[in-house]
Amino acid sequence: MATDAPALPKGITKGTRPPGLIADRAFRILALLAGLMVLVILGLIAVSTTREAWPWFQAEGLNIFTDTWDPSKNTFGALGLIYGTLLVAAVAVVLSLPISIGIALFVTDVAPQRLRRPIVYTVDLLAAIPSVVYGLWALFVLAQPLSSLFQSVSDATSGIPVLSTIFGNPSASGKSFMTAGIIVAIMITPIITSITREVFATVPASQKEAALALGATRWEMIRGAVFPHSRSGMVAGTMIGLGRAMGETIAIALVVGASQRVTANVLGPGDTLASVIANQFGEASGTQRSALIGCGVVLFVITILISMAARAVVTRADRRAGIA
Amino acid sequence: MKRISVSLRWLVPAVLVVGLVTSGAAVAGAKNAPVQGGSATLNASGATFPQSYYEEVIGAFKQKDSNVTINYAGGGSGKGRQDFADQVVDFAGSDAPYKPEDLAGVKGGTFFYFPTVAAPITVSYNLSSVKKLQLSAETLAKIFSGEIKTWDDAAIKADNKGAKLPSTAITVVHRADSSGTTENFTKFLTAAAPTAWTLGSGSTVSWPADTQAGQGNSGVGQTVKNTDGAIGYVDFADAKALKLQFARIKNKDGKFVAPSVKATTAAIDKAQVKGDLTYDPLNASGAGAYPIAAPTWLLVYQNQSDSAKGTAVKNFLNYIYGNGQKLAPEVDYAPLPKSLLDKAKAQVKKVGASSSSSGASTSTT
Repeated sequence: MATDAPALPKGITKGTRPPGLIADRAFRILALLAGLMVLVILGLIAVSTTREAWPWFQAEGLNIFTDTWDPSKNTFGALGLIYGTLLVAAVAVVLSLPISIGIALFVTDVAPQRLRRPIVYTVDLLAAIPSVVYGLWALFVLAQPLSSLFQSVSDATSGIPVLSTIFGNPSASGKSFMTAGIIVAIMITPIITSITREVFATVPASQKEAALALGATRWEMIRGAVFPHSRSGMVAGTMIGLGRAMGETIAIALVVGASQRVTANVLGPGDTLASVIANQFGEASGTQRSALIGCGVVLFVITILISMAARAVVTRADRRAGIA
Repeated sequence: MKRISVSLRWLVPAVLVVGLVTSGAAVAGAKNAPVQGGSATLNASGATFPQSYYEEVIGAFKQKDSNVTINYAGGGSGKGRQDFADQVVDFAGSDAPYKPEDLAGVKGGTFFYFPTVAAPITVSYNLSSVKKLQLSAETLAKIFSGEIKTWDDAAIKADNKGAKLPSTAITVVHRADSSGTTENFTKFLTAAAPTAWTLGSGSTVSWPADTQAGQGNSGVGQTVKNTDGAIGYVDFADAKALKLQFARIKNKDGKFVAPSVKATTAAIDKAQVKGDLTYDPLNASGAGAYPIAAPTWLLVYQNQSDSAKGTAVKNFLNYIYGNGQKLAPEVDYAPLPKSLLDKAKAQVKKVGASSSSSGASTSTT
């Protein structure tokens, strides 16, 4: 210890350690451990799943990116599943995003003050429902009416070049990419809503008032003042919703139709990486078992890529906003 | 203050270490849990198809011998075989024997297959106007591979002379989850209609795109019940519970037989039983045999390191082969015929016996 140290705080004599120091160190170690724990867990998951999946990667090589998933012939190409995962997640986000932003704007800028809390509570309540309940509801309540709706959509679009492929022959029980997408859209709406709502709430009132003072209508104010300020937050919220949609398992497994193939027909049955694991793991052995664990690895990688992309988008948008 | 901080500093690593050690011990303990005074807890997992029967038998066995607790966790045959191979359960249920290439992974040495019960797999359909439907294996194969699209197809008419069949479209319903039921059903089609059936056999097969999937036997049954013109394969107990109509299936002797407990026992009786007590009751001969029956086995190691557990397993097996067989029809499972029952009882005596190479199924380790 230096002898010409600045005057010590009151109550501490020279030569003893300040009592706060040990607590401070303990806190640092605790925080470090907590931080490291995430990395360790993530690493352990990655290592053990990859090791278990290795026989699949070895047996199929690049054929894991073909779309023949046929356990009876011991062929496991996951392209149909990757495609299904992305398609269901995309349908969910496309359906959910406008509604979520609508709810968020309504709550922050349109609704009368006393309506805001109840709406926020109700939307947050949606997030508390277990996914299996969503799945069963979709299976028993939603699927049948949807299948007749799909039939009329398919009839109406038959003959129109692109639409007739996208809205092709619907599945008779209503189990399809679309049904799964709709149910996942409901599940991610509270997530996207709550994040965008928080972001909209940070828009300075002065900017909004300035826009209104310049004669902007409410919509022009939202477009000119709220959206530019919140763009990165909206992207982040969407990406978190997308990640949630890709990882959703049981609700999708119940209504997606368990058919592993690449098809443009969103009204037909399909399958996703997570739901095939739920459906087939119990009876799987040998290569099928490693292929299913491999599906988990593939999903892990896709999710990491998406969240890295989200981070990149957000930082770029922030930087641009900072320069402007 | 100082003292608290020091202990806090060590608390987290200490908790971590204790946690790791105890979780490691818990895994190890599954194999060698201490036994107090003759009581034993047996943990098992595996096939879900016989699970309701096992629960019935375990309940009845518990009344007889309250010292023994048996937990049968289900999870599927594949999980059962994996858990058994890794020695994390005391015994396991499986609807199919190990594949030869998987035997190397069985870590506990010699083990036995114990057949317990069997059950018919019904071909259930939803056609309100047709009370009695007869199908041959070829017709069934063509229906499930999507070749036959309507109920008034010539092939179905040929199986049902004189019946009035509607022109309703056929909706094929299959399992969404992989299942021993699918495996046995497709194995039957492969054996009985090798030319008409091209999708192969397995716990999941690549079904045509315009078919429907249901979750579990009850999911398939429910979809059949809700869809006019639907046909699907459903296990006997679930099909009965949902009050579905069953088709009569043409057996090897050319007779159309309806699914029943009796017709299933008749099918097992004619089946070729191998030395390790595995057998294949599918497409069995015999006038009264129902050709689509699913067998199931319990897997038990010969070497029982824990004598209390070993005794409990033997008692449980003996109970299954005694009063347990009488319980089977009550829950819509077929008891074993006498010939197989005698062989199984003889095999129980080998469990826990000092390791000689008398085991019928020897793993390659």
